[in-house]
Amino acid sequence: MTTLSVETLETAEAAEAAAQSVTVELRVDGAWVGVCKLGQLTPGRGAAALLPDGRQVAVFRDRGGALHAIANQDPFTGAYVLSRGLLGSAAGRPYVASPLLKQRFDLATGQCLDDENVTVAAYRTRMRRE
Amino acid sequence: MTFMTAAANPPTIVLIGHGMVGHRFLEALAERRVPDRARVVVLCEEPRPAYDRVQLTSYFSGRTPDELSLVAEDFMARHGIELHIGDPATSIDRAARTVTARSGLTITYDTLVLATGSYPFVPPVPGKDAEGCFVYRTIEDLLAIEEYAAGSRTGAVVGGGLLGLEAAGALKGLGLATHVVEFAPRLMPVQVDEGGGEALRRTIEKMGVEVHTGVGTQEIVTGEGGSVIAMNLSDGSVLDTDLVVFSAGVRPRDQLARECGLPVGERGGIVVDEWCRTPEDERVYAIGECALAADGRVYGLVAPGYDMAVAAAQAIAGEAGGSFTGADTSTKLKLLGVDVASFGDAHGTTPGCLDVHYCDSRSGIYKKLVIAEDGTLLGGVLVGDADAYGMLRPLTGSIPPLAPEQLVLPSGAAAPAALGPSALPDDAVICNCHNVTKGTIRAAVTEHECTTVPQVKKCTKAGSGCGSCVKVLTTLVNEELKAGGITVEAGLCGCFSHTRAELYEIVRALRITSYADLLDRHGRQEARGGEGCEICKPTVASIIASLAPTIGAGGYVLDGEQASLQDTNDHFLANLQKNGSYSIVPRIPGGEITPEKLIVIGEVARDFGLYTKITGGQRIDMFGARVDQLPLIWARLVDAGFESGHAYGKALRTVKSCVGQTWCRYGVQDSVKMAIDLELRYRGLRSPHKLKSAVSGCARECAEARGKDFGVIATSHGWNLYVGGNGGADPRHADLLAQDLSDAELVRLIDRFLMFYIRTADRLERTSAWLERIDGGLEHVRDVVVHDSLGICDELEALMADHVANYRDEWAQTLNDPDRLRRFVSFVNAPDAPDPSVCFTPERDQIKPDLEILAGPTLPVRTLEGTPSA
Ligand code: SRM
Ligand SMILES: Cc1cc2nc3c(=O)[nH]c(=O)nc-3n(C[C@H](O)[C@H](O)[C@H](O)COP(=O)(O)OP(=O)(O)OC[C@H]3O[C@@H](n4cnc5c(N)ncnc54)[C@H](O)[C@@H]3O)c2cc1C
Ligand code: SF4
Ligand code: FES
Repeated sequence: MTTLSVETLETAEAAEAAAQSVTVELRVDGAWVGVCKLGQLTPGRGAAALLPDGRQVAVFRDRGGALHAIANQDPFTGAYVLSRGLLGSAAGRPYVASPLLKQRFDLATGQCLDDENVTVAAYRTRMRRE
Repeated sequence: MTFMTAAANPPTIVLIGHGMVGHRFLEALAERRVPDRARVVVLCEEPRPAYDRVQLTSYFSGRTPDELSLVAEDFMARHGIELHIGDPATSIDRAARTVTARSGLTITYDTLVLATGSYPFVPPVPGKDAEGCFVYRTIEDLLAIEEYAAGSRTGAVVGGGLLGLEAAGALKGLGLATHVVEFAPRLMPVQVDEGGGEALRRTIEKMGVEVHTGVGTQEIVTGEGGSVIAMNLSDGSVLDTDLVVFSAGVRPRDQLARECGLPVGERGGIVVDEWCRTPEDERVYAIGECALAADGRVYGLVAPGYDMAVAAAQAIAGEAGGSFTGADTSTKLKLLGVDVASFGDAHGTTPGCLDVHYCDSRSGIYKKLVIAEDGTLLGGVLVGDADAYGMLRPLTGSIPPLAPEQLVLPSGAAAPAALGPSALPDDAVICNCHNVTKGTIRAAVTEHECTTVPQVKKCTKAGSGCGSCVKVLTTLVNEELKAGGITVEAGLCGCFSHTRAELYEIVRALRITSYADLLDRHGRQEARGGEGCEICKPTVASIIASLAPTIGAGGYVLDGEQASLQDTNDHFLANLQKNGSYSIVPRIPGGEITPEKLIVIGEVARDFGLYTKITGGQRIDMFGARVDQLPLIWARLVDAGFESGHAYGKALRTVKSCVGQTWCRYGVQDSVKMAIDLELRYRGLRSPHKLKSAVSGCARECAEARGKDFGVIATSHGWNLYVGGNGGADPRHADLLAQDLSDAELVRLIDRFLMFYIRTADRLERTSAWLERIDGGLEHVRDVVVHDSLGICDELEALMADHVANYRDEWAQTLNDPDRLRRFVSFVNAPDAPDPSVCFTPERDQIKPDLEILAGPTLPVRTLEGTPSA
């Protein structure tokens, strides 16, 4: 079993506390829009967020801590579910696999890795510290 | 050759035009080391070096201009080639052997190569130059269209040919209501025949592109500010539109050649011979779309242009052999997501030819093969399903090994054994774009030691053009690898070279409780430190969960790292449905339920408006809950004594029962009680695939126990245990493992059987497939679990005892913990907002998903929501 030393525990906690003061922002139509706190994202998973104009985006925090955002709608089924897919990486590039029919989408570009003719919108992301 | 005669200074080769063919020419020169002995100067009109024009439209699905580039970063520097970007040639003086560029630069050449391509033809209709009118040829055109489209709602494309439909796809992708106006009576008149055009039209219209055929554009109408507002069509109608893209064909850019007295064809194109040299002046060559080839044709496709580039480079390098005398104009494209292919004599112009049609207008599939009287395949048209293209095109000109009518049948329907690429001869051209034969591809594997498709692509260039041959290429490469005795690796996935069973052993023996640990210590070298993948994550999560108490991992499947590994269904403890809603299946052990509990289910379903159905597993499923409703619904169910039914997990599903001895006149044991006991014992057990069971009260078998992973049938002396049964796609009757067991013996055997299966099966391998696969089959399993031949039965039983002792209902655990409940929101930034995309319509007094959304603005292909981040 893994045991954490007091020191790592403290830093882990400190990191989590810090994550609460970091805002995740997306570049939408030329402006940065805040969508949630970093601490609200589970590393390795995504969450759906609603943009002011009603668009849905899927925001992800990968294992290395990097942020990604693509449109939430799965182009193969029409359902707004990409945020609920599992993350993976292929040739060092992170992707999400749609939870419905499992097609994979590159998180940086939104390109579908299983059908070159399909792409979803990808958004630039950044973290803003309070 | 030509330049070898020049003076002591190295000879100079000037290339005008750095497009697709121009660049292929430079590559061909470099391959022949010509730049080592000659000065090569390139005049490039566009503001960027050569890029992949064929893939231009992929910009609208997120490819950046940089990604479209065809030029390796250090290519020019490495070969000492001078590239003048944004500086087009303006005149040629053949007597002085000079070329002058717009900047004033004048270069003396020994050899001159024209690769100036084509320009889009814009019909001379009034208003054609108005603001809002575009052509579609360069990246600059496309950026301009994109910018203008931001303020537009409707766009019209003039021309329903290949490029017109590409442009329509782009406009659609930009979110415009899109029209296509085609003068001919059908779409893609050059490539497909009437039937194919019809099929194409139907499919494209279904996607929301309006198609107007048989009408011409008479005038572009402008508004007050001088920008486009409508088009007047030849049938008298008016089409309102904010933007017009002309795509009415292309014309060779032969102006420079005309001006310096080189002959051009009647309809344009610089006349060249089979070495792509102008007959008038042996120092001047023309290649690509600007050339009128030796066979009297101007080719508008990239593959013939590439062949010309190579032929010219060979001639210039003084190599014998190369020449260009004509090319195949077969094409396969995906237009707006529809496969369209035509090859050979697609229009059936060969005298005496016959044709074979297959047409399914319901699914928009049209296929035609043109056959000579002796059965030779001459050509064909495929619309809607062009999978066979990769096979049919190389067979053109020969008598195919199958009857033509079998060749057009959809795979699956009355399927003749599909004609595989192994039937092709070695000289069959597999990749048309780069003219690569089957023999060359095989040699890449056998002689150049390529072991993967990407390696073969790099080595032969096959598959790196339009991509239409990749499917056949992959089959060929795999066949060749297999024939060479190279095993295509058995590991679980790209992250682990171990099988699931091996990973199970590693986790158990080393007590690894974290996926990240396992990946970083035991994953493939290249996967360590990475994100993992959607195959190994849930597999490892399941292994850790089934061993949790034994290796000291937390028992709750969604804490900490485990939360990021589970499939969506496990993540929300419910089953995702096609519209993004979830279904809820409470456990109903053995299918026995009290009226009170039935009422609770009824009330919950009624209060939340859920669709309710009796499942094939003897329980009740409630469909249509939004993710944020799941905790509210489960709070009521848990309150009434229900538990999770694990319909979402690779875990025990149901143990069905028949009513048995208690009521039935034939029953010999209490099958209901046994079913309930077994269900409660194994509930929550994570396994390689789902587990199902049933208990029947006598040999009449009303519970269908022999269709289950473990099935129990009562005898007058006890129970018979059957294993490895399966319903579903590939049904299998379970085999008898042991007879006349007491209750305790039965349970002990099942404990061992399940744990042995969990330990040794592959990912997603049901017990039936596992039993058939493992060495020794049923006999071996019987030896291990009945006779303890491996001496592991104590351990297997202990593992199960741990599982039973540590079982907790996942929903009750979730509801008790605010932290665990946090994930159950539709939107992280609007926890109270329900997801508006989850909606329903009524059907037979209940709800069903409202999937209007699919028929509406969402295209399955080229979907572009918003604009890619700037
Ligand atoms: C709800 C239900 C149909 C119904 O309305 O009756 C159903 C629904 C699904 N079945 Fe089933 N199966 C249901 C009974 C069955 C049965 C009958 C039975 O269990 O007696 C079978 C045949 C028996 C068997 O499994 O051997 C059955 C054979 C399958 C198969 C094929 C398995 C195979 O080995 O070939 C799949 C696909 C799979 O698991 O890979 C499948 C998969 C599915 C999935 C999970 C498909 C999916 O991934 O979305 C369905 C989703 C359920 C959901 O969203 O809630 N379902 N499915 C039944 C739920 C039973 C329950 O109470 O849990
Ligand atoms: C949207 C689109 C989709 C296509 N899809 C396909 C397809 O699926 N399959 C297929 O086979 N083909 C396709 N094509 C056609 C293919 O792109 C052309 O056949 C190919 O690009 C021809 O290459 P080229 O070098 O002859 O001409 P181009 O690639 O057009 O290059 C000519 C270059 O010369 C430059 N030039 C012209 N005059 C001068 C001058 N005086 N000085 C300097 N430079 C000059 C031009 O600016 C241009 O950059 C498509 C074309 C488009 C536009
Ligand atoms: S299996 Fe036998 S005991 Fe059970 S219901 Fe059918 S006939 Fe009756
Ligand atoms: S046929 Fe176009 S890439 Fe092979």
